[in-house]
Amino acid sequence: MTSTAGVESRILRAPHPVPGAPDNWKRFFSFNTDAKVIGIQYIATALFFLLVGGLLAMIMRGELITPEADLVDRTVYNGLYTMHGTIMLFLFIFPVLNGLNNLLIPCMIGAPDMAFPKLNAAAFWLVPVFGVILMASFLVPGGPASSGWWSYPPVSLQNPLGHLINGEALWILAVALSGISSIMGAVNFVTTILRMRAPGMTLTRMPIFCWTAFSAQTIQLIGLPALTGGAVMLLFDLVVGTSFYRPEGGGDPVLYQHFFWFYSHPAVYVIILPVFGVFSELFPVYARKPLFGYPFVAGASLVIVGLSLIVWVHHMFPSGVPQWMRDAFMVTTMLIAVPTGIKVFAWLATLWGGKLRLNTAMLFALGGLFNFVFAGVTGIMLATVPVDIHVNNTYFVVGHFHYVIYGAATMGVYAAIYHWFPKFTGHMYYEGLGKLHFLLTFIGTNLNFFPMHPLGLMGMPRRVSSYDPEFAFWNVIASLGAFLLGVSIIPFLLNLVSSWVRGAKSPANPWNAIGLEWLLPSPPPAENFEDHVPTVISGPYGYGTGRPLVEHQDEIERALLQA
Amino acid sequence: MTTTPQRFPLPRLIGLAVWLVLLTLLSVWMGAQVPRWLPVSASSAAPLVDGLFGFETAVATFVFVGVVSVMVWVVLFNRAEKYDMSDAEPIEGNTTLEIVWTVIPLVLVMAIAAYTIQVNREIGLIGPMDHAHGPATANSAPATPLPGGEVQVIARQWSWEFRYPVAGVSSTELHLPLDRRLGLQLESEDVIHGFYVPAFRLKQQVIPGRSITLFLTATRPGRYRLRDSEYSGTWFAANQADVVVESEEAYQEWLRRASRLPLQPGLSDAAREYAQQLSGERPSGYATIEPAPPPLVNVPGSNTLPHDG
Repeated sequence: MTSTAGVESRILRAPHPVPGAPDNWKRFFSFNTDAKVIGIQYIATALFFLLVGGLLAMIMRGELITPEADLVDRTVYNGLYTMHGTIMLFLFIFPVLNGLNNLLIPCMIGAPDMAFPKLNAAAFWLVPVFGVILMASFLVPGGPASSGWWSYPPVSLQNPLGHLINGEALWILAVALSGISSIMGAVNFVTTILRMRAPGMTLTRMPIFCWTAFSAQTIQLIGLPALTGGAVMLLFDLVVGTSFYRPEGGGDPVLYQHFFWFYSHPAVYVIILPVFGVFSELFPVYARKPLFGYPFVAGASLVIVGLSLIVWVHHMFPSGVPQWMRDAFMVTTMLIAVPTGIKVFAWLATLWGGKLRLNTAMLFALGGLFNFVFAGVTGIMLATVPVDIHVNNTYFVVGHFHYVIYGAATMGVYAAIYHWFPKFTGHMYYEGLGKLHFLLTFIGTNLNFFPMHPLGLMGMPRRVSSYDPEFAFWNVIASLGAFLLGVSIIPFLLNLVSSWVRGAKSPANPWNAIGLEWLLPSPPPAENFEDHVPTVISGPYGYGTGRPLVEHQDEIERALLQA
Repeated sequence: MTTTPQRFPLPRLIGLAVWLVLLTLLSVWMGAQVPRWLPVSASSAAPLVDGLFGFETAVATFVFVGVVSVMVWVVLFNRAEKYDMSDAEPIEGNTTLEIVWTVIPLVLVMAIAAYTIQVNREIGLIGPMDHAHGPATANSAPATPLPGGEVQVIARQWSWEFRYPVAGVSSTELHLPLDRRLGLQLESEDVIHGFYVPAFRLKQQVIPGRSITLFLTATRPGRYRLRDSEYSGTWFAANQADVVVESEEAYQEWLRRASRLPLQPGLSDAAREYAQQLSGERPSGYATIEPAPPPLVNVPGSNTLPHDG
């Protein structure tokens, strides 16, 4: 009975972050330590930079719609593609996922907040700081960094104007700050998941999203120091004149490639693992079935973490690495297909024989899975050395990567945003606009990124500002797809803004989903369950089993309905 | 909860069998389409790569279409009725299935890996490792031909120069004899470039401070594109050259005639565009590294003639 009473009184006095309360919006522009505020800060910042990065992408596709370098100068194109990649990775996808982590992890495990709230806020506020630094590089003499988001030396060390403050230096500074922010975030997420779970929530009762977030953040902690170290040496080479990577001073440019990919390949798993988590959360809800093989899906995440750290050389097959290294890293890369396959088959088995409800969130999850499987099979092709030698650094890789990062990861993020939007804003979104957004995104993604595969097979290198006329046909289609993707953002933003302002009030559990976050009011109060954390008595995803998730579940649900 | 083994009624079993047969046929057909997506194959490595890629395409088609057909099936036939708020039958897992779909992919990818390692051996892409991994000497600048390096390939920002030290010829168009294995000695004077001839299916980074020997056998006469495949700065996209594969006699004849020609500036689209920018004919953008002057060569050749791939 204590928990019932607790819920009721808590709801009454909860400082609800509901829109309409006087000056309530100001908390989003302050050094607020509430994980739910920080989560929304992350997501809003990330979506702003999605627009910036998307705009750059559309200018690039405008240039590439014809073979000649005619729309923008080559130097400008090189700056655009460098900044597009950098912004999309460091200012869109990582922040947006950290936003989801902030919103979901404490609520899902029944914690009042993150383990280190001030560190959490500091990690977030670094994002706008390095965002401004990166944007400022458009304004310095000589223009922004233009050596790609890999920033391979020696080309990244060429500083035509010789200024100390140049686009490349600002780029390295921004990336280093991003790394620091991510490490601060990772410390927080890992600690929170390990130490702050509700009573009764053993690791094997933890929602898969938390498993994948834990796995991904572990990679951050292991991998980021390598990148940061590599980047610091690059900065020294650039501004102080050391020779870590300069061949003329006895350095080795290939060393940088090792540092870079030791982190940057696992980084792809940092991105995709939480999206696997989103799929694992959504499919059971909208198929009304338990997740098939929960322990296997959870364990596969950890296997992926282990393997992700020993595959980086597959980015370097043509870099002059010895044959044994090519073979060894091909085998490890191939092995990743196994845990990934376990997950995909588990999702299919979850859907099989279910009672599917195709709302916007579910459509995005299904579309994301479709694109992910396509990216998976091209990934196997890329793992095999001889095929990789042919398509490495061609548009085939660009296509594969965008199927992962946009087709699967970003669509998974959209799915998550729609699914948890009612929970964290207290308002329902508009299904019509959502479905329009899905349709445009799904068609746009495939129009934009599929043509890159035939282009790569034909031998069109990536990062080119002009190309031979035989590549024109598929490039025109890709460009049209890119413009469609630009259009697809309109119903999305319209939906977010209008639903938050005037959407119907959301009940506590609009999807009839199982999970601690759905036992909180929508939106949840500042400290979630405060002192009345329910005791978890069974594993997640008990759809159709009739098992309650927590003690006194009926009473908590009744209290939520009455509120 | 013990799940009783699912009993398949005959119609369902037949449906499954028909679907598997169709899926296999489709996969085999897709694998056979591969040559249409790739450039002509013009080296001894190309058929091996294409064969592997065809096999992978067939496997990939099977997996992708297999998964998607399950998704289509559930979306079509496992939808909840409009007002049906109930849950589906709670199946929480099946260890036998988990083992099956762990072991089959494992065996499959390891089989692909074994096949690939064999193809790797056959292609023998890189010459002896001491060439590729020798200590980076500060001034391994061109002029010291290595054994096996019949042609010296010098990459610059942004032009390609090909030197034939024995014949005393230099060119900005690469000529290769048909059906003879030879070594290209790849060197860069500035940044990392990539030596990539799509028709040969071969690619190798050209790393400053190293001399890497790439062995290849051209197997089809014709004119092909050589592209820079590692981003090398402003005129990266324009850093292309042509490769002419011709019979041994024609090749020797070309070398003989070329050796008598006087040196003249070779091809460099970058230098040409840069000059246009300096004279104001072409707008310029951000700051750039100045292109190296076009190399002085016996034969500039062409990079605008129609090419075969």
